[in-house]
Amino acid sequence: MIGLVTAVTGFLAQGDTEPLIRWIWITDHTDEIVSRGLQHVYLTVVSVVIGFMIAFPAAVYASRHRWSISPITSISGVLYTIPGFAFIFLLLPITGLSLTTVAIPLVAYSLLILFRNTLAGLDSVETDVKEAALGMGLSRRQLLWRVEVPLAMPVIIAGLRIATVSAIALITIASLIGRGGFGQFILEGLNTFFWTPLLVGVVLSVALAFASDILLLALQRLVTPWSKSSGVRAVAT
Amino acid sequence: MTAMISLEDVEKRYAGAATPAVGDLSLDIEEGETVALVGPSGCGKTTTLKMINRLIEPTGGRIVLDGTNVLEQDPVQLRRGIGYVIQHTGLLPHRTIRQNIATVPNLVGWDDARTATRIDELLEIFDLDRELLDRYPAELSGGQRQRVGVARALAADPPVMLMDEPFAAVDPIVRARLQDQFLEITARLGKTIVFVTHDVDEAIKLSDRMAILNVGGVLEQFAPPETVLREPANDFVRDFVGAERGLKRLALIKVGDVGVEDGPIVAPSASADEARRAIDAGGFGWVSLVDDGELLGWIDAESLEGRATAGEAAPRPFSAYVTASDSLRQALDSIVTSRTAVAVVVTEGQRYRGVLSLERLSKEIVS
Amino acid sequence: MNGLVDGLQWLIDPVNWSGIDGVPARVWEHVQLSVTSLVIATLIALPLGLWVGHARRGQFWTVQLGNVGRSVPSLAVLSIAFLLALKLLPGDYAQLAFGFLPTIVALTLLGIPVILINTYVGIQQVDQDTVEAAKGMGMDGRQILWRLEVPMATPLVMTGLRLAAVQIVATASLAALIGGGGLGRFIVDGFALRETDKVVAGSILIAAMSLLTDLAFTLLTKSAAPRLTSDGSRVQPSPPAVEGHPADFVPGT
Repeated sequence: MIGLVTAVTGFLAQGDTEPLIRWIWITDHTDEIVSRGLQHVYLTVVSVVIGFMIAFPAAVYASRHRWSISPITSISGVLYTIPGFAFIFLLLPITGLSLTTVAIPLVAYSLLILFRNTLAGLDSVETDVKEAALGMGLSRRQLLWRVEVPLAMPVIIAGLRIATVSAIALITIASLIGRGGFGQFILEGLNTFFWTPLLVGVVLSVALAFASDILLLALQRLVTPWSKSSGVRAVAT
Repeated sequence: MTAMISLEDVEKRYAGAATPAVGDLSLDIEEGETVALVGPSGCGKTTTLKMINRLIEPTGGRIVLDGTNVLEQDPVQLRRGIGYVIQHTGLLPHRTIRQNIATVPNLVGWDDARTATRIDELLEIFDLDRELLDRYPAELSGGQRQRVGVARALAADPPVMLMDEPFAAVDPIVRARLQDQFLEITARLGKTIVFVTHDVDEAIKLSDRMAILNVGGVLEQFAPPETVLREPANDFVRDFVGAERGLKRLALIKVGDVGVEDGPIVAPSASADEARRAIDAGGFGWVSLVDDGELLGWIDAESLEGRATAGEAAPRPFSAYVTASDSLRQALDSIVTSRTAVAVVVTEGQRYRGVLSLERLSKEIVS
Repeated sequence: MNGLVDGLQWLIDPVNWSGIDGVPARVWEHVQLSVTSLVIATLIALPLGLWVGHARRGQFWTVQLGNVGRSVPSLAVLSIAFLLALKLLPGDYAQLAFGFLPTIVALTLLGIPVILINTYVGIQQVDQDTVEAAKGMGMDGRQILWRLEVPMATPLVMTGLRLAAVQIVATASLAALIGGGGLGRFIVDGFALRETDKVVAGSILIAAMSLLTDLAFTLLTKSAAPRLTSDGSRVQPSPPAVEGHPADFVPGT
């Protein structure tokens, strides 16, 4: 892998005075890298959290009122399909160049993923288990929080992982209005034909996605100790 | 005896269904007895069971549990006071065995010490290994899970336990073992138990009384298994318990319950001629040699050849022995496998009681 | 809200519906970019997916490709394709780097993972007992693939194509950033000139085009794969999104 990268970078730098990575650029831009990173993380967390706060109750409702699955899926499906790029500019005259303009499309985008996975997670809890729990005298609320939600965790977190990773990639688009986190460097590289910021932006954005994914996977392992041994739903890495 | 659970004209009618799932069912279940609800699919047996703890709401009638109408109680509180076991045990996969067993004690607010003591008791009663406590359900065998399921249902020591096809999910060998353990435990704990099964043999083996339900929750017969087998109330029950009901009934009757015949016996001090006469009179071609109540074996005319007394002839052991506490079914097996016409009945220490003939057994079958 | 109204007014103004910068011309550019990329991506990913699923080789790398595909921003792929094109194209052809060529490369690359994964999973999930039975009846590998695995995989393959198409249509809007055409031009130009009505109009057009693409493929799926489920009620189940499962979700743009 490293050999491949070296070969490619070597090839790209061939016969060119401009190196692929100018390290001095990175050291000169440390502050900006940090602030863009914080912006990227902030936007990701805010939009996934808000998305989950909407999708989770919707999924709980839908799991008990099956008729609502189809309309909720249709609405969130439409929101999911509207490209983030178009969505951001559609909001521009309303919310301006604010972070809200970026957060709304991100939330809209994550709803379908989070709703579908939460619902699938709740549905995956065996009827036997639910019946036995009710039979022992758990109330509906206790059933939800003590049985259904914990058992749905692997699938819910799988949804959070996908929503998070997708959001991190999607945020880069917001660089067009100056709110793109690491995406700002990508756009800068594109506009100035300059490899260094472009690659810094790409690498940091992808690294952030992988790190978040691993973090959420670790969280899942932590909150579902039982699934290790039983392979209830082993999520491949 | 007081009725622990009374179903009075209980009805369950689903919206849009032409006939009720359970219609006007009345049933009194005594304190401490084990009752099986048995019948073909669609007979409403599971519905009936679930109406008792209100997992299914009746649409008519009353269900009185220990003097209180369950329909007037909060269903959640009601269920905490009733043990409940289902086919696949329904153990919470994300909780350890310890946490699973402690579910109801925690719900009703027991302190940790009391719960821990109770768990110890249950481990002992159900012959469960302490090591299992910190494992998750998926790490246990089917039989272990089933025992944990029953232990969990009994954790808060409810007077009543409901079981829905409790042994259906395990293989036949494990099932037989669990059933035997169940009999032992129920005898010891004196709980009132209602269980649903589609397996008539299981109902016969485990219940004190069995309620045979027909489609639509119609009660066809409610009686001890022995009575159901001997006197099926109607053709439906006769068909349901099956053509082998005579044989099944043999399993429920003890040898001691039926009169044994005296059978031909002779004392060792008797003369050879007396022994020969006894052989002829008995009609079996042999006579039992009994010394002051103790069975020594059997002798025939050939073994008396040239002997002066019966005692001089070498007695041969019987291959078909049964005791008073064996079932008639075992007696039959004994007779058939030893290819004799009778089984010899003895008590402890080879004390002779008499003989049980195939003829006598067949009378019990054909009834 | 006025911005939205302005955008709609821009859309109904006949002035904006003619010429090389008119709506029809930009729609046509957008379609060309999208269709070309989708066709190339399908030609690459579909056979590869069939092979991976049938031969059961390289599954690990296929799944990894899906994960990586999700985490790499579309903007990054496009930017890299653009700078590479600038660098690699000989001087006489350098202007090709602006727009069409790198966009096609980027869109193709973005479309491949989802088609590949869904095809592979579609083939691979075919019940092994059914495959066994087909072998028992004397079908050879080729017959099993075409008569059993491909028909059974059709719903998932169609889902993959739909997702790839929607993603490609969405990302094609970014072509404007590197001097290309398509509907993104309205946004990029409008934003640069502070013509908000044009920006909003462009956004509406892109959103409409994505939704229409989604709708078209959904209808196509329904006609291509009727009644493969036992109850016939749904064309395809919606599995939860879990890694290694067929893609239901792709990175957005």
